[in-house]
Amino acid sequence: MSALLLSRLQFAWVIALHILLPAFTVGLSCYIATLETLWWATGRDVYRRLSAFWLRIFAVSFGMGVVSGIVMPFQFGTNWSRFVAATSSTIGSLMAYEVLTAFFLESAFLGVLLFGRKLVPQWAHVFSAIFVALGTLMSSFWILAVNSWMQTPTGYRIVDGKFVPDSMLAIIFNPSFPYRLAHTVTAFLVTTAFVVLGTGAHYLLTGRWREEAHVMVKMSLWFLAVMVPVQVAIGDAHGLNTREYQPVKLAAMEGLWDTGRRVPANLFSIPDDDEERNHFEISIPVLGSIYLTHDPNGLVRGLKDWPRADRPVVPIVFFAFHIMVAIALLMLATIVWGLVLWPKRKLYGSRRWLAICRAASPLGFIAVLAGWTTTEAGRQPWTVYGLMRTADSVTPSLTTGDVTLSLVLYVISYLFIFGAGGVLIARLMRIGPDVPERERATLDRRAARPLSAAQPAHDDRAKAPVLPGTTGGDDDAA
Amino acid sequence: MTQLDLVPLWAAILGFAVLMYILLDGFDLGVGILFLLRKNEADRDIMMASVSPVWDFNETWLVLGGGGLLAVFPGAFAIILPAVYFPVLLMLLGLIFRGVAFEFRGVPEANKRLWNIAFACGSVLASFAQGVIVGMFIDGFKEAGGVFVGTSWDWVSPFPIFAGFGVVAGYALQGATWLIMKTQGSLQVWARRVAQRVMGLVFLFIAAVSVFTPWFSPRIAERWFSWPNLAFFAPVPLVTLLLAGLLVRSADREREVLPFVCSVGLFFLSFSGLVISLWPMIAPPSVTLWQAAAAPVSHEFLMIGTAFVLPILLVYVVWSYWVFRGKATAEGGYGHE
Repeated sequence: MSALLLSRLQFAWVIALHILLPAFTVGLSCYIATLETLWWATGRDVYRRLSAFWLRIFAVSFGMGVVSGIVMPFQFGTNWSRFVAATSSTIGSLMAYEVLTAFFLESAFLGVLLFGRKLVPQWAHVFSAIFVALGTLMSSFWILAVNSWMQTPTGYRIVDGKFVPDSMLAIIFNPSFPYRLAHTVTAFLVTTAFVVLGTGAHYLLTGRWREEAHVMVKMSLWFLAVMVPVQVAIGDAHGLNTREYQPVKLAAMEGLWDTGRRVPANLFSIPDDDEERNHFEISIPVLGSIYLTHDPNGLVRGLKDWPRADRPVVPIVFFAFHIMVAIALLMLATIVWGLVLWPKRKLYGSRRWLAICRAASPLGFIAVLAGWTTTEAGRQPWTVYGLMRTADSVTPSLTTGDVTLSLVLYVISYLFIFGAGGVLIARLMRIGPDVPERERATLDRRAARPLSAAQPAHDDRAKAPVLPGTTGGDDDAA
Repeated sequence: MTQLDLVPLWAAILGFAVLMYILLDGFDLGVGILFLLRKNEADRDIMMASVSPVWDFNETWLVLGGGGLLAVFPGAFAIILPAVYFPVLLMLLGLIFRGVAFEFRGVPEANKRLWNIAFACGSVLASFAQGVIVGMFIDGFKEAGGVFVGTSWDWVSPFPIFAGFGVVAGYALQGATWLIMKTQGSLQVWARRVAQRVMGLVFLFIAAVSVFTPWFSPRIAERWFSWPNLAFFAPVPLVTLLLAGLLVRSADREREVLPFVCSVGLFFLSFSGLVISLWPMIAPPSVTLWQAAAAPVSHEFLMIGTAFVLPILLVYVVWSYWVFRGKATAEGGYGHE
């Protein structure tokens, strides 16, 4: 394998594991902000207990998101240095703005959110929750602006082989950005809501924490009842945008080789890049034109319109897209079933539905990964769509051996770290929202750092460790 | 249309971010370096607690330094990063392991020994890798036409490796003097002893680098020893000597804060010395700040926001250190109440 392919694999690996965490923390911070606001408004203690429970899980995920996120900007320099040299004037400042406006906002208010409940007025705590959520959304804003520019570049001119900004606004608000931002952030929210729904369902199935579980199931079901259909609509709009600006990607998503009107919807097939056709195709006539162009006679361009060197690897894009759509349909079915049970007052009693909800909790993560694969693999063979090839973006000094070594180290390390983090989150979920009103008074603003909030206090015994500094300094060596 | 040249200002902001990183993450990496040397588990809890509220803040400066270099001097980023491919990899892995170790260690039923080792080894690895990267700046980057033309193993040469050990020693000194300031009792006595041992090494490294760089680089020798530069820059080595003397005298006495201040001063002066030697090169020996800079319009666009955000950010950093003032306790915080 070449250094180019290995570098792509390495980037795919570090970003795929990284994206799982924002997929969760963006939604979870919004959920926590909602819970805090509700507790403030209604005074119902269950909202506080739920918020405290999810905060501990949020803290662990956020910490892992931070350390895996530090890796990302360095990847650009180490493996994609020619891309950096060519594009930094246009998109580098957007990434710097992410650090300045998002990372600092998040870290500034996270401490208060995690440890300050008893130390600041309630309104300040609620606003901390909102600011943390805002920080994660700002982060999504900037980084998706960068990604969207790579997909649909505007606002630049090319001088000496480098992209120079004509208009920073046009660079940020490029044609695919609004759709991608809406689609991705909604996906993050839906992903989190399914985790919340599944967790509530799990507690109902095991007969624990009924009050908390009812709130979780009810809140997430109503949220999803709105957001899943909305997401389908946004996805459709995003698809129309892709047809306009990245027609090759759309053709690969559909597995469509020949340009035509009244094209079928390809439900399943195995696309073959060499023979330029599909094997085992199962399709519905005309439906493709209907949803791709909103017109039965709509014209859709096929892959053969472009030279082979300008096409992505079709099977990857095709399957990733179809997995995403299949999950959307599964999600929709789960929600509709819940809405049918609701008026019959069987929502909390139907074990079958609850079991399905529990099984559905990781669906969002798979859909996010599949969607990300669709859009990123579909952008290939370009890093800047239509303008800069991936092969021209890679660092020239790297050898196959170099990247093999680094890739192996990243894989082993991430498996270890994410494995350990997963075990920890599972442990916190098992412990559940059982937070005794413990030594909160002593629980400190002082430990204002992410993961230390992950330590649930099982025991209320007031520990009185005799340690230097707690005894008034009478054991001071000085 | 004439445009305001923001390159010097951006160089100053980036230099500031890097300096903040070295000073701040320096002491918490240093605590990690010394971690396994202290055998008492309760004392280890205190050592870790002394840095746990602030370490992730400290690390944010690295992200600002890296992201800033990418955005502001992409020409340098694209040459330097490939040259330090493996040092960067080792640094990132070290930071990941020590970062999560910090947190996973305190979780119920966690394997404390495993995470102790991850914390210490990750800290040593990250510090060493950072030293190698600094050493590469002195050694220089093989560049042609804005592209790095060396290999990913250029860093395996005497000076970068030497600098790697130097930074480990330097951070250990930062960590030891930090512990003198933040702890009491037998742990503090131990920290004083460690500081006294480590400082000798640090002096040796500073002296060696000061001799080595002008010796092998006529350009750097010219920068320091030509008139009137000699007069301008003479305070750097002189104050370094003064601080070294002060550090030796204060480390074994009752002074608690002074050793740390001296150590910070030594780092500041060493960093200044490096800047003096390299200016205006950002990817020595051939690429200047101006050659590596992003388009002026990008500099302006980023400056507008930075001018607002950076001061706010500094207020918060100062405030958070204020909140966590006083001696450390094992409770994950500080017993100043």
